[in-house]
Amino acid sequence: MNRCGFVHLWLLGSGLLICLIFGVTKVNGNTALTHQEPHPRPPASNSNVNQTEHGHDASITGIPIVTFKWHHVETPYIIALWILMAGLGKLVIEANHHVTNVIPESALLICCGFLLGGIVWGADKKQTFTLTPTVFFFYLLPQIILDAGYSMPNKLFFSNMGAILVYAVIGTCWNAASLGLSLWGCHLGGAMGDLDIGLLQYLLFGSLIAAVDPVAVIAVFEQVHVNEVLFIMVFGESLLNDGVTVVLFNVFDAFVSLGGSKINAVEIVKGIISFFVVAFGGSLVGFLFGLLIALVTRCTKNIQIIEPGFVFVLGYLSYLTAEMLSLSAILSIVFCGMCCQKYINANMDERSVTTVKYVMKVLANGSETIVFVFLGISAIDKTIWVWNTGFILLTLLFIFVYRFIGVVVLTWILNKFRLVPLEFIDQLIMSYGGLRGAVAYGLATMLDERKIKEKNLMVCTTLIVVYFTVILQGVTMKPLVTWLKVKRAAATELTLVEKVQNKVFDHMLVAIEDISGQIGHNYMRDKWNNFEEKWMSRLLMKPSARKNRDYVFKVFHKLNLQDAIGYVTEGERRGSLEFIRNETAFVNFKKKFGEDFADVMPDITADTSDDYGAMSVMGRDPVPSVSLEMHEQSTTGVREREDVNTHHLLQQHLYKSRKQHRHRYSRSHFDLNRDENEVQEIFQRMMRNRLESFKSAKMGVAPPKHISKHSRKDQQHKMGNEKSMDKNKSNYSGDEEFEYSEGDSACGFEASGNSFPMRVSYRAGDGIENPAFNPDLDPAEQLQIPPWLAEAELDNNMVAPSQRAQVRLPWTPTNLRRLAPLRISIRSNDSFMMADNPDSQQRDDDSLPPPPPPPQRDGGHM
Amino acid sequence: MIQKGDHFRSGPSASAKSIYPVGFILEKTGRNVFWVMGALQSSPDHPEFVALAEKTGFSFEQIRVLHKRFKQLSHNGETLRRDHFNEIPDLACNPIRSQIIEAFFDRRNFRQNGEGTVEEIGFEEFLVVMSHFRPPSVHMTAEQRNSVRREKLRFIFNMHDTDNDGTITLEEYRHVVEELLSRSGALGKETAKSIADAAMLEVASISMGHMEPDEFYEGITFEHFLKLLSEFDIEARMNIRFLNMDTTTLCK
Repeated sequence: MNRCGFVHLWLLGSGLLICLIFGVTKVNGNTALTHQEPHPRPPASNSNVNQTEHGHDASITGIPIVTFKWHHVETPYIIALWILMAGLGKLVIEANHHVTNVIPESALLICCGFLLGGIVWGADKKQTFTLTPTVFFFYLLPQIILDAGYSMPNKLFFSNMGAILVYAVIGTCWNAASLGLSLWGCHLGGAMGDLDIGLLQYLLFGSLIAAVDPVAVIAVFEQVHVNEVLFIMVFGESLLNDGVTVVLFNVFDAFVSLGGSKINAVEIVKGIISFFVVAFGGSLVGFLFGLLIALVTRCTKNIQIIEPGFVFVLGYLSYLTAEMLSLSAILSIVFCGMCCQKYINANMDERSVTTVKYVMKVLANGSETIVFVFLGISAIDKTIWVWNTGFILLTLLFIFVYRFIGVVVLTWILNKFRLVPLEFIDQLIMSYGGLRGAVAYGLATMLDERKIKEKNLMVCTTLIVVYFTVILQGVTMKPLVTWLKVKRAAATELTLVEKVQNKVFDHMLVAIEDISGQIGHNYMRDKWNNFEEKWMSRLLMKPSARKNRDYVFKVFHKLNLQDAIGYVTEGERRGSLEFIRNETAFVNFKKKFGEDFADVMPDITADTSDDYGAMSVMGRDPVPSVSLEMHEQSTTGVREREDVNTHHLLQQHLYKSRKQHRHRYSRSHFDLNRDENEVQEIFQRMMRNRLESFKSAKMGVAPPKHISKHSRKDQQHKMGNEKSMDKNKSNYSGDEEFEYSEGDSACGFEASGNSFPMRVSYRAGDGIENPAFNPDLDPAEQLQIPPWLAEAELDNNMVAPSQRAQVRLPWTPTNLRRLAPLRISIRSNDSFMMADNPDSQQRDDDSLPPPPPPPQRDGGHM
Repeated sequence: MIQKGDHFRSGPSASAKSIYPVGFILEKTGRNVFWVMGALQSSPDHPEFVALAEKTGFSFEQIRVLHKRFKQLSHNGETLRRDHFNEIPDLACNPIRSQIIEAFFDRRNFRQNGEGTVEEIGFEEFLVVMSHFRPPSVHMTAEQRNSVRREKLRFIFNMHDTDNDGTITLEEYRHVVEELLSRSGALGKETAKSIADAAMLEVASISMGHMEPDEFYEGITFEHFLKLLSEFDIEARMNIRFLNMDTTTLCK
């Protein structure tokens, strides 16, 4: 019901838009970019225009309040409207999932184009909008291909490069030659009646229609999910055969112009040479531009906002440059995308990378939509339809048959050399996936009517071939794939284990090749990787980026990011007002008690908070990270409480859900384990047990930073409260100091809760215990500092007391030196680091979510 | 007889492929012997080669090449020791070098149901270990494919399961990841540890489903390992192209 309304709305809207367009275009004549041929303006409208212009000039007697200046905006306006139309068309199509499941989107878009074309035709009585080669090749195609190159799985592509090249070069030549010759043969046999087409023109036609179209292939295969080898075969072929198509087209075009008599061996040799020049030259241009992009993004640190722009502009330039040098533009932009992907992903900021990816998809997807819609629109034009049953049907038949023969024969040859042969089913799908598309149509419309009399027949045959392959084969592709039980691509993303195994494989294969003394793919790949690592990365990649780009680590990082996002979502989902109430109650409670029973407070607070923790799900480890803010709050007022609570809420949920996440994993396993991080995590999680095992834990454990962050802050939280509570105490010395330091050494919440009682024991033991574990712990911890924290760590080691602490607590340097060993250094440093934030930053911290825990650490606790 | 011959012919360059059914092997070796007799008269120990070819499925030509390589690695000795492997310059920068080398000295990989490690291996063991990397034949039934798959995965599993207790424990897995990352210096042990932990967690969640908090995941068993890598068409990937060509002069 809803959908019906939607469709009606859309139809109505599109009708209105079209009416609008035609209402005005009729008046002002047609100069839109998408107009195929300048057709003579109707005299009436011509004079109309003149009149209005004349009238406009003459009648400037006063200042017009509103003027209608359609001609002023006409061209961009129409373009924008068409883009909008295509987008809306896609919107409507994608609204029906059960339709797109059966019929691929590209086919539906073409049908949508029929519809729109019909409306245009009805309004205008002629087709004023068609896809022109200029628009297609300059404004629609580049971004689609750039996207294809940028998201190309390089390793897969290059490991199948040989086969892809064979299909792209030999296969396409075979298709073109066989089609042209067969049609010519049929022509001679009289199957097509009276046509003015010579052998060369047949070959020209064959060459333009031989190439498998990347746009159509992407559109159809994206929805089918065949296995990756099969996909890369068809897709790679469709990209690389452009070089062949361009050459064949140009050569035969030139031959047609020259005429049959002037063709001699020299010309043919020139044609063959030009193939290599066009293909390799195009690739080289793309390669160079790819390197250029990498170099540019290496130094765009200060202009991060526009760095994604470089990728597009330089990519487009590589396309245009190749076109300018009459090289293969498609090859150029494909290789540009493939070369630069690795480096720009590493060089640019993560946000820029996301931007590039998204903009790329937006452009590519949009262009693809427009291309298909206009392919449909182009059909509704009486002038191009020249029917010749023999020619059209024979073309369809030959295309299908020769494609099949070509694939089977070539695969048979290739399988002799392939380690993993392609099965017959794969071959079937490959030959069936030979879709023709807009490239062929674009080339067909570029034919010169003066030289080729039957241009319209060729155009119309091309269109029919395109419709036949895209719609019919597109629709049947999915059932065929299911019916033949073609191996599908894995639907799920690779797990971390699989990624690790992947890496193990790679290294293992290289090692075995090394040991057995064979030079194979892996050997070459390893050599290339080493070279790349040694020279290209150094040149093209930021030094900082080079560090963190290990394959496994990247996956790990991605997983961590996903998890982190998951935590936030989970936290938001479960975040309730109740929690906030609890939190404030907690604070108030403590405050109240603090004020009322200042002397006995610590014990009570400890008890209550512990009880509280036991009672409430959230409050088991009452959160931590706001301690400093709490202090701030008590001194500066209640206004920030909302902030604090939000921050608090988020933080708590983050921590909480991570713990929940961990439940998937055994914790008893960790108990057996001596791993420090994990043991520490247990401490964080199991309050009661931790209380008992506190001492031993302190001895052997270097807890991870972000965990300790909580406990530390919790500690300080209390400090803050106490400070605010005991405002009457003007000086902090002795006791306070000790409490602080022991908080440092104590690990986790219960320690802080019990800080006062423990203080006593500590005061006694402090001189004795410290040296015992200090030397053991410190060096180890230095090692464990993750690289990104190393600087901060260094800072903290140099300036042991925080500035803040120095200001607030009258510690003397000697005191500090004495106390420093007491700290288990990572935690204490961390806490100091937090405390080190100048007060000006404090506010920022309040409003921002807590600093993300370092990815490495994070994983340790999941 | 004729039927067997057909089977044999069905795979292109069957000498390099198709071995698992014993019948084919005999058939094939029988055919190849004549050929070898002609081409390899100079080879001193080809009767041995026949047995080896039966056992490992390599063609005579491949065995000859590998034998040459073996001699080269062992400095014309009869056996290979670990330091011979360590001398291979190309191997030096391989992060998981030690695991690979260890796999050559692991009795489990000799297809003899043995256990433990050995100090030196002869040519036969060398070939048997190598044969784990032979590409599968073109035409395999689902069963054969499955067994090839198991066998290849078993090799990797054994490589990780260093103490041969049937599970890859967290410690062992950490070791693997650590070695993998050992070349990218900036990421230290710490990262490796976290990655291994995360991966292990993932394994636990995949293979055990929901676990109670106090349940204990001991490590990856072989069955789990099979399940984990079910998406991974290892039979198509864990292959090396063993050329018939002698390339030892090109490799150091």
